[in-house]
Amino acid sequence: MSQGLFSLAGPLLLAYLAGAVFAPTLNRLFGRSTLLILAALPAATTVWAIALLPAALDGRYRQVSIEWVPTLDLTIDLRWDALAAVMTIVIAGIGTLVMIYSARYFPPGDDGAARYTGSLVAFAGTMLGLVLADNLILLVICWELTGLLSYLLIALRAGKQSARKAASQAFVVTTAGGLAMLIGAVMLGHAAGTFTLSEIIAAPPSGGAVTAAVLLLLVGGLSKSAIFPFQFWLPGAMAAPTPASAYLHAATMVKAGLYLFARFAPAFATIAVWQPVLIALGGFTLLYGAFQALRQRDLKLLLAYGTVSQLGLMTLLFGVGTADALLAGLAMLIAHAAFKAALFFIVGIIDTGTGTRDLTKLTGLGRQKPALFVAAVLAAASMAGIPPMIGFVAKEAGYAALLDAGTAGTLALILMAIGSALTVAYSVRFIWGAFADKPGVTTPPCSPTSRFMFAPVIGLVTLGTVFGLLPWLVAPILESYAETAGHTHEGALALWHGITLPLVLSVLAWVVGAGIFLVQRRREQAGDITVPGNEPGTVYRGFTRRLEMFAGRFTALTHRGSLPVSLGSILVVLLIFPGGMLAFSGAGPADVIWWNDPSELVIVLVVLALAIATTRSKRGITAVLLVGGVGYAISVLFIMRGAPDLALTQILVETITLVAALLVLRQLPDTALYEARPGNGVRLALAIAVGALMTALALILPGARTVEPVSAGMAGPAVDFGGGKNIVNVVLVDIRGWDTFGEILVLVAAATGVASLVFLHRRTGAAPRKPSVAAGYQAKPNQPSPWLTTNWMPRRSLLLEVVTRLIFQTVVIFSVYVLFAGHDAPGGGFAGGLIVGLALTLRYIAGGAFELGEAAPWDVGLVLGSGLILAVGTATGGLLFGGDVLQSTILKAHIPLLGDFKFVTSSLFDIGVYFVVIGLVLDVLRSLGAGLDRAAYLDQQLEAKR
Amino acid sequence: MSQFLSGSAVAEVSAHALSSNVVIAVAIGVLFSCGVYLLVSKNLIRVLLGFLLVGHGTNLLLLSSGTLGKPPIVGEDGELADPLPQAFILTSIVITLAVVTFLLAMAYRNYRLTKDTELDDDPDDVAVAARTEAAGGGE
Repeated sequence: MSQGLFSLAGPLLLAYLAGAVFAPTLNRLFGRSTLLILAALPAATTVWAIALLPAALDGRYRQVSIEWVPTLDLTIDLRWDALAAVMTIVIAGIGTLVMIYSARYFPPGDDGAARYTGSLVAFAGTMLGLVLADNLILLVICWELTGLLSYLLIALRAGKQSARKAASQAFVVTTAGGLAMLIGAVMLGHAAGTFTLSEIIAAPPSGGAVTAAVLLLLVGGLSKSAIFPFQFWLPGAMAAPTPASAYLHAATMVKAGLYLFARFAPAFATIAVWQPVLIALGGFTLLYGAFQALRQRDLKLLLAYGTVSQLGLMTLLFGVGTADALLAGLAMLIAHAAFKAALFFIVGIIDTGTGTRDLTKLTGLGRQKPALFVAAVLAAASMAGIPPMIGFVAKEAGYAALLDAGTAGTLALILMAIGSALTVAYSVRFIWGAFADKPGVTTPPCSPTSRFMFAPVIGLVTLGTVFGLLPWLVAPILESYAETAGHTHEGALALWHGITLPLVLSVLAWVVGAGIFLVQRRREQAGDITVPGNEPGTVYRGFTRRLEMFAGRFTALTHRGSLPVSLGSILVVLLIFPGGMLAFSGAGPADVIWWNDPSELVIVLVVLALAIATTRSKRGITAVLLVGGVGYAISVLFIMRGAPDLALTQILVETITLVAALLVLRQLPDTALYEARPGNGVRLALAIAVGALMTALALILPGARTVEPVSAGMAGPAVDFGGGKNIVNVVLVDIRGWDTFGEILVLVAAATGVASLVFLHRRTGAAPRKPSVAAGYQAKPNQPSPWLTTNWMPRRSLLLEVVTRLIFQTVVIFSVYVLFAGHDAPGGGFAGGLIVGLALTLRYIAGGAFELGEAAPWDVGLVLGSGLILAVGTATGGLLFGGDVLQSTILKAHIPLLGDFKFVTSSLFDIGVYFVVIGLVLDVLRSLGAGLDRAAYLDQQLEAKR
Repeated sequence: MSQFLSGSAVAEVSAHALSSNVVIAVAIGVLFSCGVYLLVSKNLIRVLLGFLLVGHGTNLLLLSSGTLGKPPIVGEDGELADPLPQAFILTSIVITLAVVTFLLAMAYRNYRLTKDTELDDDPDDVAVAARTEAAGGGE
């Protein structure tokens, strides 16, 4: 019970996830009112957080820890303290109001509402995760997720190009910052030896790396909170629905950066870069945003720039970093969340009511909607820092804190004073623009406001007033946070301090601000001020355009679309980098011998002659035969070098390759090897260079071995655990069974690919049956054959038919022997399957497509599939019987008459391989043989008709 | 790879080092040369032939990385050959078969579509190049 209520934090976050997942379903049932139902979630969170407030105040540490990825030191650590409590209440409280408001903001049956609801709930959960996270990496993950959800919400109206552009701009900018932050987080965690936030803050590390890390973290925070030079994404984000803007782009998400500053200020405010960076950028943004706000005619944009400005102010306060400044900063954060959300809500009400947000077109709304007007005035008063609102109290505390913070504080104080005057000016402009009577403008009719939309405004304004009148309601929790950085002044947060310098500055701001507004109005009427035409973010757009251009040019340069060029460039890279490294490494062959056996020379000379002849060959069939010869010669080399398994497989594969190649080549013209641009010197040079590199490798590699081969110790286990004497086979089906499993998957994919390329429409199926069994194509038998099942073949060979008849069954039975013998002697599933493949090839050559169909009347997909299932079954069988994947079991029995019988479960795996190989060969014959026959036949028919 | 790239590992020859067979090394090089010469072509049948030759060269290279000896079957007299490269080569041989049949089907399909055994340039790449050029010209 030590965690108390806080142990509910994990389930609570999960509830948000569930809410987001089920939001579309709920939306189908309840429409936009889903938002009202789901508002219960943040409402419950608010109540939960308020109930936990005493726990945050007592300074005791509360944590929930769920192990996630232990190897990455990544745990879902959640922590409860004063700062987390304030942020949680802001996020959940305003989230509740936003969801209530949204339930009527969307017109009934809006198709975007489902996506909106899901994204919003997910956002609220992620944001809570962000402020509760006590692990740096978890914080970064939540951080990026909020950016992603913000993207989805800005681009809610995906049909609009401007919305998509604004969304991607916001996403790219904040994600780039997030990336910098991730690097910073990893560096900081590395320097501190822990990724747990509370531990890092309790004992902050120091040094150059830490300064760099903190700077990177600040970049992340600045980009998220739209501080110069990242400020431009926020006005663009106003493409989002107004309540989403209120929530993400005013009250919460943009506060994530501030939260980061607030979180790290007690530990790192003394680092040399902290104050200059945050005060300079925050101060500049404060003034820039306020100036821009004064020029806007769109009320929502006015508020957006106002937000930019206020974010700058809060950055400035957290940048100063003294306990009093932190207190004022957090108070400002609460105040801003309340008044800015309320003002956004008001703009939304005006927008949905009148259809415009342009302040030059709005008039007389103050008389039309007096209650809304009063609420707006109170919210704007809080923004302008006018008593008795919380905004005034926070600003007073800010002035007082800066007065007490040395030179940096004095500089910040001047910036803040100017910014406050400008804030007053744009606050007045907002009220004037939205509600004043303007001569010469027709009154737009404003439709009645839903209670669900107005109530949240009332709630927020009331809170702003109550907190302003009774600041001691919020003071304890704010002080509890600020005290982590030092001592705060007694009663820093108060409505009335007496006539002090802060009060004088406030009054000055009101007067100057009102003056600025009046001057600005006069200049605007005179036409001196034009609406800013170009959107902000010119630099960003120029940069992205150039980047895209560069990417296009680079792609055009490297991807010429020509196969030889692409392949050639890969080979050139091979020569330059690995080849160059080999040349400069000074490595050389260790012990060189001419040959292990003089007969090798003879074989190699044959191989070389055949290979060179292949390159000179003009006809496809000749070339294929020559290459086949290379394969057979190499299999002799395999035998000589102690690899009978390889020799067997190579001979079988070579034969099937030869048959397949001939099957295809007979459908191609005699000019199959023709090239429009025949080989030239460049190609020859490249070929010789690659060959030389490979020769060098072959000479150097054997001497580079420094350890005993891993296979040295395989002989014993192969017999004891694998149950086989043929180590190569045991390696394939047991020791490295996973490799083989991947390999047979490749075989299945290739077989499917071949069939797809030939048949185009159907991949599975069997070879065609003879016409009496299944109506295929109408061909007349020339002469009946007594030797084969079918009797159709245009050009028959009696010898072939007789031989086929005599040996087919024998060969298939032999293949089964090879399959099972393979565990102890050369052979195995591959060789066995290939032997069956050869037998089938023989049937096809002797009798044609129908003969193949009669010999193997199975659906090829079934053959391949059953092979795979056998292999998978054996692999998982080991698991089921308590062992590892692919673990073998040896079964032995004595059977009378037959003698000792031994069966190893991995043989089943080999049977799977056997079937897959049969399937591959069958598919090749069916496609490249029977399928091509059929295509050629149909072509002939077509020709004849013409 | 790093073992023979760092000079020190090469300087002192390990007890496990194998001797290099010049004849086999030359065979590997020539197989690669002929293979690459055929591979760098737009003609798919030539590509296929080149692929086969390069495959043979690779198999020999793999084989030369292991010790020689009697077939790796328990019970054979004398030193056994290294079974691991053999298992790799066996895999490689069968995969080569799969790839070759796929290439054959591709060559056939290409011929059916274009009545040509040579490949055309990739239209997508050409389009990217053209678009970039157009955008660059507009600036």
